[in-house]
Amino acid sequence: MIPAPFDYKRASSAAEAISLIGEYGDESKFLAGGHSLLPLMKLRLAQPSMLIDIGRIQDLSYIRDAGDHIAIGALTRHMDVEKSPVLAEHAPLLAHAAGHVGDPQVRHRGTIGGSIAHADSASDLPATTLALGATYVAQGPNGTREIAAADFYKGFLESALAPDEMLTEIRVPKMNGASWGFQKFNRRAQDWAIVGVAAWKRGTESGVALVNMGSVPVLATSVATAIAGGASIADAAQLAAAEAEPQSDLNASAEYRVHLAQVLVRRALESNNA
Amino acid sequence: MGGSILGNRVLRKEDPKFLTTGGVYVDDLLDEPALNGALHVTYARSSVAHGLITGIDYSDALLMPGVVAIFSGADLGLQPQPSAYNPMATRTLLAMDKVRYVGEPVVAIVTETREQGEDAAEAVIIDYDVLEAHVDLEKAMASTNLLFDACGSNVVFDSMVLGLPDNTGDAYFEGCEVVVKGRYINQRVAPCPLEVRGAAASWGTDGRLTQWLSTQHAQGAVAPIAAANGVDAAQIHVKTPDVGGGFGAKIGAYPEELLLGVIAKKVGKSVRWRETRSESMVGLGHGRAQLQYVTIGGTRQGKVTHYQLWAIQDSGAWVDMGTILAPFMTRPMSSGVYDIPNIECRTTSVVTNTTPTVAYRGAGRPEATAAIERAMDMFAAEIGMDAAEVRRINLIPKFLTPHTTVVGQTYDVGDYETSLDKALVAADYKGWREKQKARRASGDPKQIGIGVSVYVEITGGVGNGESAKVEIQDNGHALVYTGTSPHGQGHATSWAMLASEQTGIPIEDIELVWGDTDLVPIGTGTMGSRSLQQGGNAVFAVAAELVNKAKSVAARLLEASEEDIVLDKDAASFHVAGTPAVSKSWADLAVAEKAAGGLVHSDVIGVAGATFPFGAHVAIVEVDIETGKVRHIDHTACDDAGTVLNPMLLEGQIHGGVAQGAAQALMEEVRYDDDANPITSNLADYAFISAAELPSVRVVHMETPTPINLIGAKGIGESGTIGSTPALQSAVIDALAHLNVRHIDMPTTAEKVWAAVQSAR
Repeated sequence: MIPAPFDYKRASSAAEAISLIGEYGDESKFLAGGHSLLPLMKLRLAQPSMLIDIGRIQDLSYIRDAGDHIAIGALTRHMDVEKSPVLAEHAPLLAHAAGHVGDPQVRHRGTIGGSIAHADSASDLPATTLALGATYVAQGPNGTREIAAADFYKGFLESALAPDEMLTEIRVPKMNGASWGFQKFNRRAQDWAIVGVAAWKRGTESGVALVNMGSVPVLATSVATAIAGGASIADAAQLAAAEAEPQSDLNASAEYRVHLAQVLVRRALESNNA
Repeated sequence: MGGSILGNRVLRKEDPKFLTTGGVYVDDLLDEPALNGALHVTYARSSVAHGLITGIDYSDALLMPGVVAIFSGADLGLQPQPSAYNPMATRTLLAMDKVRYVGEPVVAIVTETREQGEDAAEAVIIDYDVLEAHVDLEKAMASTNLLFDACGSNVVFDSMVLGLPDNTGDAYFEGCEVVVKGRYINQRVAPCPLEVRGAAASWGTDGRLTQWLSTQHAQGAVAPIAAANGVDAAQIHVKTPDVGGGFGAKIGAYPEELLLGVIAKKVGKSVRWRETRSESMVGLGHGRAQLQYVTIGGTRQGKVTHYQLWAIQDSGAWVDMGTILAPFMTRPMSSGVYDIPNIECRTTSVVTNTTPTVAYRGAGRPEATAAIERAMDMFAAEIGMDAAEVRRINLIPKFLTPHTTVVGQTYDVGDYETSLDKALVAADYKGWREKQKARRASGDPKQIGIGVSVYVEITGGVGNGESAKVEIQDNGHALVYTGTSPHGQGHATSWAMLASEQTGIPIEDIELVWGDTDLVPIGTGTMGSRSLQQGGNAVFAVAAELVNKAKSVAARLLEASEEDIVLDKDAASFHVAGTPAVSKSWADLAVAEKAAGGLVHSDVIGVAGATFPFGAHVAIVEVDIETGKVRHIDHTACDDAGTVLNPMLLEGQIHGGVAQGAAQALMEEVRYDDDANPITSNLADYAFISAAELPSVRVVHMETPTPINLIGAKGIGESGTIGSTPALQSAVIDALAHLNVRHIDMPTTAEKVWAAVQSAR
């Protein structure tokens, strides 16, 4: 419950942060809200020798209407995502999902960029942005690049970010009136999902992604394909776990997770939120 | 007359502090001069569940920053100590030849800061020959691979060694029209007080050891601390700072605490220790952990005639208090609230390679209640009768003189049917049955479940009295000394109410002293819901005696006869009957008595025995049969704790008790993998319940005073837990009754509920 010794530097800009991580290399980690990293450090499951605190970089906390999409600064806190009128209008699924992250204390500290960069398949926002077809912007020593959410998640807590890159922005396409549903199945209100589902639907177009159904957040493309082909929601939902490789753990067997995914995908797609 | 303060919703005197500056817990004792510059102790713990220690190497750790000293058991010359409950089982306070559970302390590290201790602990290398580990109780019973070789078995206690008979098996039920059998797991849970364990130790220049301890019973810690340090008990001074919860798990002193004086002497400095939450989850004792074989038999009309229970208690890896809860708490209460003419109950306690079990809120009675209540439900289901109705048929009729059950336990007073009726009405039992019917007919995936439990329990079974002292200060304020030990209960308020009732001194002028063994040498602490009926009772009696003493002083000062002196409680002063204008205040009397040793009275007030609070709970759940998810949506508790001193404190106890009871029924469980590695050792993995998972609790008041003590009070600390757990479990199963589900073990997690629905279909 006490982290191993580490050093600490505070960056005042993205450029400085990137330069520092270049200097300290593999043994360093960015610290944003700290609500994923610090628990791992306290359990000594993560032992970075250098923390580069990016939490006070002011110009990376914003939510802007950028025409066809909403641009969200990586350091925007979950509470700001949850309460944003811009997101309520154009990407209500994301705002709603942010309101289900952890508890109020976590939501006031944790950031959307931190959650996505941490790439935990059990977190709500990686899967939600994946369902929405988001694009992530990464900044490195040689400038910025865009990474599609669908190409971002590489393995357990592993992303497409290079060691010297920093996630700076999340671009979420406007939902344009799509109906949506978010299902988080957990033991206690503040827990991670045992299985979660973020889904939207506009006519025969849809996007469905799963939380905690394997080592990475899962885009349930078979469901979307079935719906595009005219299948009923109930039938399409049976394909919920087609792309997933769920694990058995303390909270659920793999078999049960598959069952939950089917029920929750159906319920999410049947939700009439718009 | 302003009327009695007793029975009123007096706000807690202690809350302004707790809600503003906060309590001062062991780890907050920063201004304590004796702990100035104290070193920190960290324990390196066993990482294997069962193994022979083949080597301990701390040479690298010794070189780490801030390390002052490192001690193994051999370095401290530790000798094996026998268990109080089975002397054939022995252990050393640091494991020396053998480790028996993950988390057992092996090496003590002394550092300048806490953080350095945790770093150094990682560098201590302990080698083991790993042995097969026992998690499964029945396998452990049958195995020749023993935790304690000298015991000759992993069975370390059995009710048969008390001369009690074995159960006779199925033959017992010949002649019963209906016989139902069950195998119930009353799972292992973690007490999880908000404040984990902590202690500090300092040797004075007078050769005495002062030990600060987060405990429920300072006086009980004196002898073991003295023994661990090889000194006389008079050399030990235990002090209790604020304590953030205990739930039974802080009754006894633990090895980590007992060794602090020894370590302090070795390093020549004061030392302090505070565990982390992850350590606490494996180091603080666990509760429950019983496997129960139950058979119930009776008539098709609903009369239960025979009941048989074999309770197999998991002691964990030491023969601690958990071992004896089954024979001495579960067994005596096996009849519950029912008039059952034939009962057999055997208990068997078994050691396993898991954290030792201790008392936890209810301590043996929740297990007895869960067994009989679950059996009643299964019996009702078998004969197709309403669960509340079957209970009513079998309840012991109202009694106001002692009643003895066939297992030989005598209850003080009881009116079980009234508590059941009150709870059913307040809960709208009939209305919920209608809603349930409608939900079932609609085919909605969210089904309603209704659970009823009626219970009786033992409180004040520990100790046969308590010490109290009331001392008046020069300013007329009172100091009340008690041998009980509050850690959340509100004694500062309740004991002040009792003293105020006798003396007229306002409660804000009454201060409570506890948990300091120099100031309060005699005390049995706070456990087993004993405090009010023994400790509060003693304060009430001693304060009354002090008033008599004060009258004699007043008589002297007022030059009147003692019989003519009256106490005006509204004015908190004494005068001669009929002439209130001339009076003497408590301050006047205290000053007058100063030369004669002060105005003070102390005594140990005995009580005639334990009391048996009872009640009924009705729990309502909504179960999503597609996912198995359970929501606890409504709860009614009618708990009769006798005469109520402060209804607000009573309700607080019930609210907290229901929360912990619901937690056991629905989600909490300490789990191990097959090699006995703990897999729930933090509060992310262990499903410690939160307010978001609980409904508001409807408390129904009922008061049947006990004749056992002066104030008519029975215990309330554990009732909420005991009554709620079976009601919740029953409600979950009831929601699935139409799908032919008859039993689901606790905790009734979503996956277990889903699996039960699948297999019943």
